[in-house]
Amino acid sequence: MRKTILGSLVSFPLTERAPRPDEHALRELAERVHETARRKLGRSLSIRQVDAGSCNGCELEIHALNNAFYDLERFGFHFVASPRHADILLVTGPVTKNMREALKRTYEATPDPKWVVAVGDCAANGGIFAGSYAVEGGVGDVVPVDLHIKGCPPSPTDLLAGLLALMKRKLPQPKRRFWSR
Amino acid sequence: MSTLLEMIADGRQIGPHAPWPRAVMPPDAWAFAAVQLASGAWTLVSLWAEPGEVHLALFDPAASAIGVMSLRTDSGRFPSIGASHLPARRFERTVRDMHGLEPEGSPDNRPWLDHGTWSVSAPLGAPSREVVSPVVTEPYRFLPVEGEGVHQIPVGPVHAGIIEPGHFRFSANGETVVRLEERLGYVHKGIESLLVNTPLDRAAKLAARVSGDSTVAYSTAFAQAVEAACDVEIPSRAAWLRALMLELERIANHLGDIGAVCNDAAFALMHAHCAVIRERVLRAANAAFGHRLMMDRVMPGGVGADIDRAGRKQIKQLIATIRRRFPGLVALYNDTTSLQDRTVHTGYVDLELVTQYGAGGFVGRASGRAFDARKVFPRAPYSSLDFEVPTSDRGDVDTRVHIRMSEIEQSVSLIDRLLDGLPEGETRTDMHLRDAEGMALVEGFRGDIFVWVRTKADGTIARAHLRDPSWLQWPLLEAAIENNIVADFPLCNKSFNCSYAGHDL
Repeated sequence: MRKTILGSLVSFPLTERAPRPDEHALRELAERVHETARRKLGRSLSIRQVDAGSCNGCELEIHALNNAFYDLERFGFHFVASPRHADILLVTGPVTKNMREALKRTYEATPDPKWVVAVGDCAANGGIFAGSYAVEGGVGDVVPVDLHIKGCPPSPTDLLAGLLALMKRKLPQPKRRFWSR
Repeated sequence: MSTLLEMIADGRQIGPHAPWPRAVMPPDAWAFAAVQLASGAWTLVSLWAEPGEVHLALFDPAASAIGVMSLRTDSGRFPSIGASHLPARRFERTVRDMHGLEPEGSPDNRPWLDHGTWSVSAPLGAPSREVVSPVVTEPYRFLPVEGEGVHQIPVGPVHAGIIEPGHFRFSANGETVVRLEERLGYVHKGIESLLVNTPLDRAAKLAARVSGDSTVAYSTAFAQAVEAACDVEIPSRAAWLRALMLELERIANHLGDIGAVCNDAAFALMHAHCAVIRERVLRAANAAFGHRLMMDRVMPGGVGADIDRAGRKQIKQLIATIRRRFPGLVALYNDTTSLQDRTVHTGYVDLELVTQYGAGGFVGRASGRAFDARKVFPRAPYSSLDFEVPTSDRGDVDTRVHIRMSEIEQSVSLIDRLLDGLPEGETRTDMHLRDAEGMALVEGFRGDIFVWVRTKADGTIARAHLRDPSWLQWPLLEAAIENNIVADFPLCNKSFNCSYAGHDL
């Protein structure tokens, strides 16, 4: 174990090591997310993920946000285990009839102020599953949605961009104080 | 005693039906199948229905053969297989929910996927059976657990992590789990219903979204079933590319889950390193095939994405990275005794149970059932490639982790040879559907995915049935957790990593 830890300590951070064309954009995006998160949230925003009927594809990419390449926590975002600790609900999937009640209750258990981000094409309007007897529709058909992140599934980069957009457009502007710029 | 195929040959053959036969059987053959299943001579592959008919897909291990028995049910009833063979029970409860057909003699008549929230009952049944109000009105009855000091812990459907929804009802005595009862169906989207009379391309898209982590495996299984029905031979380059994608998907999922099991034992270091390699797999997949999960890349008739020189190089680099990095992680796992303290002897499942349930994948193989669809029903390119199917009989969390580690090594070696031997040529062939039925069994990372389709000459899919390997693994999780402590449930659960979406459909 020591070897692995030491190896990690002496090697360069992953994002630096293998720059590829698309990673420049990612880095730029990361910087913007970082700056906005700091200004608006004081580096603290709790996310509760709710799978309301997804195929699990979106979950995999949301998971990826936590890996060393994207490292969502450096912006002050973190995933929490309970809706009672959450500021944002990240909801995936077409909402199935069988999950409708659970989603509503999760929403109600989340304290105000709260924002709902619908992740994936299915979450927008039911996607390919729209019209099924077992599907209620998109997330917006059950709880109010603040932002949609498109994709099937959206890549971690899309998700980062989406969270940035949420902060820019939806979260309240911080009050200007005389000591601030 | 006659073999499964001899028995089916005596029935009224349905054709064309490929690659394995289906026949309409008399009730005594159905009863005989129940006996064979209960005695362990045959293994249940799946049980599903359509209006007026119940289908039973069986595997005869002695002959390595699959066959489907169908029973006419004009009365809306059929003799229960689950009455004598436990693994059939959830299938029969589903048939009752979806088709309104009654399994006669089944001791468990509780609904399964139908939670009473749909606007129809028996959505896949005969149209005349459709009613407006839901039939399920009473609250779900969990099995009673009695005894001094027994308390219940309800968990879900919304869980604490970034995972799919399902309900677990623990009955515990102190810290020890006396019984776990699963309740699933929360992510039921009615996929089989959406597949009825659907154009082929839309059906393929739906199949690719049954379980996102196994999208390649599902697409491949669906495509193979359609190709079998229509007697279409795909170009060999397409078959090799499918195998390449399947192995990439297997590695990505195994990496994610090995890390997650360790994370559930609070060993985040392993999780972080596995997640990094997993991300590299997804990036290589994206570079080679244009989608991180390779969704919609496999389609009936071949594949929709060919690999170029750059993509090939990315994957070659990826396997070099895995060969360099992964052995260190295996050693890290093996050298960390505090981690093994949690995984060894935890969540034990014995050979008898995995054989009875016909559990596939690493869940079966970690308990001694050496079934791998790539070996039992070899197809190109697997038939020409040498690889091992890691098997053990220790049956605990640790063994399931080890089996998956060994499978990663096998898959890396397979990918290397798949890239080297990749034949030149076309990657797709034209699909012309005909009135026929086809089946396929494809080894996804979780185990064997079974797909049955009925195609129509007008280019649509008349009906399809997709059975996730989790159907036969979820019940074993209930057995694995018995007498373990509640705190070890996440470990046990992650070591199985059954699919909710694939099961609920």
